[in-house]
Amino acid sequence: MAQGSLIGQSLPRVEDDRLLDGAGCYIDDVALPGMMHMAILRSSDAHGRITALDCSAARLVPGVIDVFTAEDWPQDMPVIPMRLIPLESSVPFLQRPLAQGKVRYVGEPVAVVVARDRRTAEDALEFLELEIEALPPVVTRDQALAATGDALMVPEVGTNISAQYQIGRGDIEDAFARADVTLKKTFQSHRHTAVPLETRGTIAVFDIAAGKLTIHGASKVTFFNRAELAKAFNLRNDQVDLITSDIGGGFGVRGELYPEYYLAAEASRRTGRPVKWIEDRREHFAATNHSRDVDCELEIAALKDGTILGMRGQVRADMGAYIRTNGNVVPAKAGQFLPGPYRVPAFACEVLALVTNKTPVGTYRGPGRIEANFFRERMLDCLADELGMDPAALRMKNLLGAAEMPFDTGDLLPNAQKVVFDSGDYPATFRKLLDECDWDAPAQVHSDGRLHAMGLACFNESSGGGLYENARISVAASGQITVSTGSSSMGQGVETAIRQICADALSMAPERITVALSSTTLLSDGVGSFHSRSTVMAGSAVGQAAAELLDQARGEAGRRLNAAPAELDYSDGVFRVMGQSDRSIRLSDLSAMLSDQGGLDVESRYEQAPLGFSFGAHAAHVAIDPGTGDIEVLDYWVVEDVGRVLNPALVEGQTIGGVVQGLGDALYGELVYDDMGQLLTASFADYLLPTSTEVPDIRAVATGDYPSPHNPYGFKGAGEGGIVAVAAAVGNAIARAIGPAGDAICQTPFHPEKILTLLHAAKKGKQ
Amino acid sequence: MYAFDFVKAASVEEAVSALASGEAQALGGGQTLIPTLKARLADPGTLISLAHIDSLKFVRAGDGMVEIGGGTTHATVAAETAQTYPGLADLAGRIGDPSVRNRGTIGGSLANNDPSACYPAAALGSGATIVTNSREIAADDFFEGMFATSLEEGEIVTAVKFPIPEKSHYEKMAQPASRFPLVAVFVAKFADGVRVAVTGASNDGVFRWAEAEKALSADFSVAAVQELKHSDDDMIADLHGTAAYRAHLIGVMTRRAVAQMV
Ligand SMILES: Cc1cc2nc3c(=O)[nH]c(=O)nc-3n(C[C@H](O)[C@H](O)[C@H](O)COP(=O)(O)OP(=O)(O)OC[C@H]3O[C@@H](n4cnc5c(N)ncnc54)[C@H](O)[C@@H]3O)c2cc1C
Repeated sequence: MAQGSLIGQSLPRVEDDRLLDGAGCYIDDVALPGMMHMAILRSSDAHGRITALDCSAARLVPGVIDVFTAEDWPQDMPVIPMRLIPLESSVPFLQRPLAQGKVRYVGEPVAVVVARDRRTAEDALEFLELEIEALPPVVTRDQALAATGDALMVPEVGTNISAQYQIGRGDIEDAFARADVTLKKTFQSHRHTAVPLETRGTIAVFDIAAGKLTIHGASKVTFFNRAELAKAFNLRNDQVDLITSDIGGGFGVRGELYPEYYLAAEASRRTGRPVKWIEDRREHFAATNHSRDVDCELEIAALKDGTILGMRGQVRADMGAYIRTNGNVVPAKAGQFLPGPYRVPAFACEVLALVTNKTPVGTYRGPGRIEANFFRERMLDCLADELGMDPAALRMKNLLGAAEMPFDTGDLLPNAQKVVFDSGDYPATFRKLLDECDWDAPAQVHSDGRLHAMGLACFNESSGGGLYENARISVAASGQITVSTGSSSMGQGVETAIRQICADALSMAPERITVALSSTTLLSDGVGSFHSRSTVMAGSAVGQAAAELLDQARGEAGRRLNAAPAELDYSDGVFRVMGQSDRSIRLSDLSAMLSDQGGLDVESRYEQAPLGFSFGAHAAHVAIDPGTGDIEVLDYWVVEDVGRVLNPALVEGQTIGGVVQGLGDALYGELVYDDMGQLLTASFADYLLPTSTEVPDIRAVATGDYPSPHNPYGFKGAGEGGIVAVAAAVGNAIARAIGPAGDAICQTPFHPEKILTLLHAAKKGKQ
Repeated sequence: MYAFDFVKAASVEEAVSALASGEAQALGGGQTLIPTLKARLADPGTLISLAHIDSLKFVRAGDGMVEIGGGTTHATVAAETAQTYPGLADLAGRIGDPSVRNRGTIGGSLANNDPSACYPAAALGSGATIVTNSREIAADDFFEGMFATSLEEGEIVTAVKFPIPEKSHYEKMAQPASRFPLVAVFVAKFADGVRVAVTGASNDGVFRWAEAEKALSADFSVAAVQELKHSDDDMIADLHGTAAYRAHLIGVMTRRAVAQMV
């Protein structure tokens, strides 16, 4: 089998047999001897001072072995750090594992009960006597900006603005001065979050005698989390192990360093027992990172022929009560991606992050992109209407072409990191979508009494973030190869991808390769799974480790076969002296011979190159019921160029899954707060998710026409393309379906009642 | 969930006597009660399961009536009334999803009287009779507002008798995901008049829309209800719809139901 021959094959997902047969091992499947269970008292007030917290009655509940609060923490409670886009101004708003003196959102951990089982622990929570003196709740961006005194999250800071900066390129004043047309609108992307089938969970085992802390149920960014937990508990990195298990969905929200990891570790340290915590669904809605919740005032300047001259605006993100590990990613990416895949010669944007008395915000699949794409793509449709232009033609005119690559986007990030689009021919890929969905065909007349229309949206999307990734490959004497990376599996297919790349690089059958990902015991270091990076970064690291392993093996084989390394042929795990097929040696034999040096075992670090940018476009066909406002998405198309395609079936699966998730977000799921800061959507009765019956016909086409020049395989990310433009395409389709009333479609989610209200208002206006 | 004891009753008599102890509660299909327990919103000392009482599971038709045992699942009703009472079968077959329909029971649904449940609309719209272990109650007297019925403490719904109308249709604007109605209307046309029952809309739970019944009894056509508007007084207003929207939907669903029947 030749190297390169497996790249591009739709190998079946190796993880599916295990996961679909019920043979997966999730964190709640793990039970350790002597294990106790933890339940967390969470604030039911949005903002207030803790005036009393009496734990004595809870301690007496039979079966309870420990209760602790912030006051019981042995030293200063650790501060949970920012991992991404850390800004100095955000530091005062970092969270600690337990509320200290004040509570700042409904769901904030206040005290911990450890008991022999979960039910007993929950029973005991009801005996904790917590008194809170209410402070004014801040639940909107405007309230956050206006807040003074007691309404400030941290009064000493004097403001609820946790970050504020300016980005841009070109001469914005000139652009608006030269414009034939300018339009100004305010958009909003609502608060919602990822809802993995499996909620979060962990088991902490603090073995004080051995000086060892083990955290089970880890994922996403295990090495960063290990280092921080080590610091928090005065341990060295090598005294802390993070062990991964199967994960029932990650989507960005799982595996971050949340308060609960610290709480379980501290509970285990205090009690000397393994301590398990499994999040229940109600906790999930209040305790796991929320996301989006960004608004944007946007202005666009264009010539009569549709040439965009400039865009300016302000992006304001509601960050919730604390800045968590994802730092300022959400607002920063919402700003950065606002000009999108278009020329936009002049751009100016202020980025504001505001703290409020709501659950903290983090990254969820497509952070900032979903928001920016919705704002910009709706604006483009409004501009097309204003100019009387076909929305496709307007986009075609402004998309960046192959001749303009690489394209320097200017200073769009707060730390002045340069971002350059690497490759692509955006109009050519967009053309493919228009052909797929038959955009240019005359509009079909539908006679079902509903209002039908199609909507479009374009996006581009960075991938392969994070400074480096490690991969380790070892060869057993049996011939079995084990490959590990710092990137972890969340069901997204990365086990299949890693195995495929490793098999290809070692030119052997995939069945001979076992994948074991991201437990800190497997490799010396690593980064993780986020930012559409696993195939790009971990995949490249695997290719590099395989090359190093074969190099080392070739030298060794040459010595054993009495031949110069250059005289050896390699394939299918065997070195042969060229032209003498009887003089050969297998990788497994070499590894056995080297057993005193640990066998063939290579760990390699792949350093980050500039990011790759995939480009794609979505089209949606919707039908609106004029009697009820009900929205049905009938057909959906995605075309995305993802650089070189590793596994078309995996990409298609990721894209379709992303579209479904995006439809749920655009049409159903919303985290709603009342003006007291109470979360009103804490169950599936109120937070609606799409089910199979809501899924339209989705066609996902992945092209591999424009490989990234920045990594050896030419991969670009493919994990987010399905979700990032759904709100935009569906919003545009709805707006076109309801005619002039559609101009007011500026906020997600799209609810039937809102659509009906717009239709009625338009009818009244006409009369 | 709080701790509770669990009793599998073998007969109605056994269930009734077990329920006589104060802290006990009946468990039907558990599709409402189990989520309530999980959220710690109920704390019954003992659950008396009705799921193993065979005498509560039957569907019988005759004399212009369908009689359904209180422990019959939605799926069974959907399958076994398809010929005799298609409007009812259609309603039952669109409750929730298959797992809900294979466990949830008609007795549990009526006893619970969720303001957005489907069966109360069928019972009220058909003028059904609810049979319990001790008496028979006309549907018009059974529903007493959101989550309230005229059932006494410990009283069990053993059967429901539905008069079969000439025609009927259930029109439901379903919530995505749960399939609970946002608003739904059950219209039943009998020889002596039309009944229109509305669910999902009112703070008082299921109710009959008198004006629509009058208009349709006089002239069974879409035109008869074309201009009828329901007031938004006391309509449910929540995350999924305002009172005005629900009032509007009552009209739309009623017209659509009639359109299916003429
Ligand atoms: C995802 C989901 C979707 C749903 N969608 C719909 C829908 O579209 N339409 C709809 O109408 N419903 C819907 N439901 C509710 C479902 O129909 C329930 O099954 C029903 O409301 C309750 O019936 P049960 O047998 O499950 O009762 P349980 O949950 O077991 O009990 C409910 C209440 O009734 C009492 N009870 C039970 N049986 C009896 C009896 N024989 N006599 C007296 N009291 C009794 C119990 O003590 C309890 O108070 C849905 C539920 C779920 C979980």
